[in-house]
Amino acid sequence: MSGYLNVRDIDWGMVIISLVICALGVVQIFSAAHGTAWQDAWWKQIIWTAAGLLLMWIATSVDYHALMQHITALYLLSIGLLVTVLLIGKQAFGSTRWIPLAPGVHLQVSEFVKLVIILLVARFMTELHSDTLETRDLLKVLALIGIPMLLIVKEPDLGTALTYLPILAVGAFLAGLNWRYLAAVGVLVILVLPVGIHFLQPYQKARLVSFLDPDRDPRGTGYQVIQSKIAVGAGGMWGKGVAQGTQTQLRFLPVPHTDFIFSAFAEEHGFVGVVVVLALYFMLLMQIVKNAQTAPDRAGMYICMGVAALVLFHVLVNVGMVVGRMPVTGIPLPLMSAGGSSMLSMFLMLGLVNNVRLRRFVN
Amino acid sequence: MKLLSLESDTRHTKTGLRDDPKFAAGRIAVIQYVTVAIFLFLISGFWDLQVRNPELYQGLAERNRIKSVPVIAARGKILDRDGRVIVDNHLSWSLLLSRETVKPEHLKAIADGLHLDYDDLLLQLKRYKGRPKYEPVIIKQELTPADIAFVESHSDPEFFPELELIHAERRLYPQNGFAAHVIGYTGEISESELDEPEFAKYETGSVIGKFGIEKQYNDTLMGVDGQREVVVDNRGRERQVLGIKEPVKGKDLELTLDLDLQTVAELTLEGRKGAIVALDPRNGEVLAMASRPTFDPNKFSVRIKSSDWKELLDNPDHPLLNRAIQAQFAPGSTFKPLMAIAGLEAGAIDDQFTIHCPGGATFYGHYYKCHEVDGTVSLHKGIVRSCDVYFYNVGNRLGIDQIAYYATQAGYGHASGVDLPNEASGVVPSSEWKIRNFRQKWYAGETISVSIGQGAVTVTPIQLARAIGGIAMGGVWYKPHLLKSAKPEPPHQLALNPENVAKVVSGMCGVVNEAGGTGVRAKLPGVEVCGKTGTAQLASNAFLKRGGKAGKDNAWFVGFLPPEHPEIVVAGLYEGGEKSYFTAALVRDVLKAYVDKKTRLGQSLLAGNKPAPAAPAAPVSPDLPKGTEPSTPGGERE
Repeated sequence: MSGYLNVRDIDWGMVIISLVICALGVVQIFSAAHGTAWQDAWWKQIIWTAAGLLLMWIATSVDYHALMQHITALYLLSIGLLVTVLLIGKQAFGSTRWIPLAPGVHLQVSEFVKLVIILLVARFMTELHSDTLETRDLLKVLALIGIPMLLIVKEPDLGTALTYLPILAVGAFLAGLNWRYLAAVGVLVILVLPVGIHFLQPYQKARLVSFLDPDRDPRGTGYQVIQSKIAVGAGGMWGKGVAQGTQTQLRFLPVPHTDFIFSAFAEEHGFVGVVVVLALYFMLLMQIVKNAQTAPDRAGMYICMGVAALVLFHVLVNVGMVVGRMPVTGIPLPLMSAGGSSMLSMFLMLGLVNNVRLRRFVN
Repeated sequence: MKLLSLESDTRHTKTGLRDDPKFAAGRIAVIQYVTVAIFLFLISGFWDLQVRNPELYQGLAERNRIKSVPVIAARGKILDRDGRVIVDNHLSWSLLLSRETVKPEHLKAIADGLHLDYDDLLLQLKRYKGRPKYEPVIIKQELTPADIAFVESHSDPEFFPELELIHAERRLYPQNGFAAHVIGYTGEISESELDEPEFAKYETGSVIGKFGIEKQYNDTLMGVDGQREVVVDNRGRERQVLGIKEPVKGKDLELTLDLDLQTVAELTLEGRKGAIVALDPRNGEVLAMASRPTFDPNKFSVRIKSSDWKELLDNPDHPLLNRAIQAQFAPGSTFKPLMAIAGLEAGAIDDQFTIHCPGGATFYGHYYKCHEVDGTVSLHKGIVRSCDVYFYNVGNRLGIDQIAYYATQAGYGHASGVDLPNEASGVVPSSEWKIRNFRQKWYAGETISVSIGQGAVTVTPIQLARAIGGIAMGGVWYKPHLLKSAKPEPPHQLALNPENVAKVVSGMCGVVNEAGGTGVRAKLPGVEVCGKTGTAQLASNAFLKRGGKAGKDNAWFVGFLPPEHPEIVVAGLYEGGEKSYFTAALVRDVLKAYVDKKTRLGQSLLAGNKPAPAAPAAPVSPDLPKGTEPSTPGGERE
């Protein structure tokens, strides 16, 4: 089957856009992290990008149908790894997310489980017997996704766990989810939310409160939001220039090379830079959606749309957080934030999209 | 193609996957629109922050990184007339609280840890409400080693990173309230003061003089605080110094006070309630000024604890009252030298005038007592024995308005003008005064009480010293002052007949030196001291009738030396002292200190000047500043 694969057929537009975003990310990581403990994060990021391209090619090569054949095994492996994380994982910033792989290399399992979730949803939705999603089926797939989500929430890493939901939401929507169910779920969420808040971790509650009213706790969680908004606003139209942002350089901005990389970028490159990068993300998304539209079958379409949903959710929540329009959840900006796991899983997903694309002429 | 489709077919059957990807085209379009909406939502967020009001956030970012740390300027020292230090500064630690980073829930723990009053702390923070957030508040000065240990052990980010220690030069006042009323104290400028135009030049948190010399000469003493502007990171670490504005130290202030005399004055008053003022009648220099009970200005140095302040205010003895310039009491018999000179000058009496004192006399239908039966009394004996009946007659002949004229000339009834805040003016009654204040005409009977310094007449100790000194100088009244560098203003003068002056002075010498004199306790060996005692009723008879409790009488004494060309005049008030000769002893101690110092310095101006009124006084000491030599009508020299 690999005989049909041709490098020329890869979605070069998508890959080049991704690499441009990565390059901007590397520059920003360098600018934000020089002189700190993370000052070599930028070249690590380059290595991760290279490794990501390699993984992308591998994910492109193996037929996605074959991957979907083994979804049960992949799913069980994911659960097993997530349990392992909880048992022996490495702690950082108060939560256990990483499995040590090699000295200095830690794997964030939940990032890779995303791929399994995408494949799982794609397979599940493809195998439905009607063009409208029944409640029973929805609950079934929700339960399947719910188990890894609960394990991740337990780490605790609510943000990453939540990223699984848009995959399901988009999948269910495309599979013909009844509008009335959607409305019912909405009402249910509103009813359950106050109770749910009760079970949140204290820091999660604080984040929620500070999102609603950042000035209430200016030195606590609200601090991050306020400092991020100051950084963004101080950038103005044209920005302060690379390595010139005081919010970034004087470390008022929390983690300016990972979760808040976009506020650092906005401070140093201004509104113009922001629009350029958001346009790149938009083009990337549209490119992925185009691949969904030209997919050879429902499975391929679901995979591409799952990837699109995930990237869109990441961009919405991360960038929204930077301008104070979304709560602080600690999920990274795809392709820009420093971090190997997020980088590799992102390129694996792009690989899946290419995987689908390369097989578009099959039918 | 065929092969392909075959393969696709097998796949289909194997997995049951379906091949109609276009079935959801419409829904994918919906998702595309949602994506567009999400991106517009995000971009509008950046538009809001970066394009609509970037200045606001640029300002915030600037403030975020620049911290200004005050560098407190030291106040000038306060020195005595010989350059000896009365008020010094000492290096101490002050504690800054960053209002930007402070967490309200920390305040209680901080207050407890530093033994601060929690409510005081909140009040202090409230006062800074209108100021930019990056300006810190000094919440405690004069940190003890325990305080410093507390701050340093809690400087980590998880404790109180909002605290920062800075060096500051703080006031070090003499112990035990020494000269506290003259020196005064400093304190943080209050909210109400900030609203007044005279304080407009100061800022919230400024430490300014609030009392005494500290207040009077605040502009001289106060320096200009400097500032360090530093770039800090989010941990508060300094990363770069942007600029330093050096503080300008306040100027030192030399007072006319003589520490030697001041010390004696303070010691003699210890445990009593009263005041002592020593003036140089030749130029108005205040040589000593003490008031008791006193207070510890060190407690005020920046902010006094509410409890300490309440204690001071509630004290029935009013320790904050500078009795030397603020206590207004009937002068009693110390008023008599003025009555004598007024009688002589106005021609109401002459030195031949005598009366018979049977222990009392009746005027206008009232019987007025004398404390003794003095027999035949002349002017000299009247002063020496302090015979009331004699001065009833003098007063009766003069009339109230003549008395008021001479009293006013001598400086009674209006503030002496000493360079201290809130001086009291005393009262000199007159017929006009009676009409103005009571809408009643003056009764001649009232003059009789005033003649012996009772009734409505009240004076302050500094007025008494100035008045007697001026009379002894032959009618030259200088404005008392504490600032040594002050150019003496032209004195108030009234050309008194030197012969009349000599007669009164001779009477006052008799008070101290003659047998039967009322002030013999002021006598000093080898020096002739002149003086006058006075005992004044504390409560008027009317007050007693209303059921008031009679207090003990106030005892006065005023003394000067030498008799001719006086160099020092000392007034003493002993509240509730009852017997004026107690006060005479207090004044004597101060005069003795003056004489002793002169002797010690070899300026034996008085040593060879054994009581020999006929012989002119020894030459004026050559080290006197030029221009301070008085033009005495008694004897011209140079």
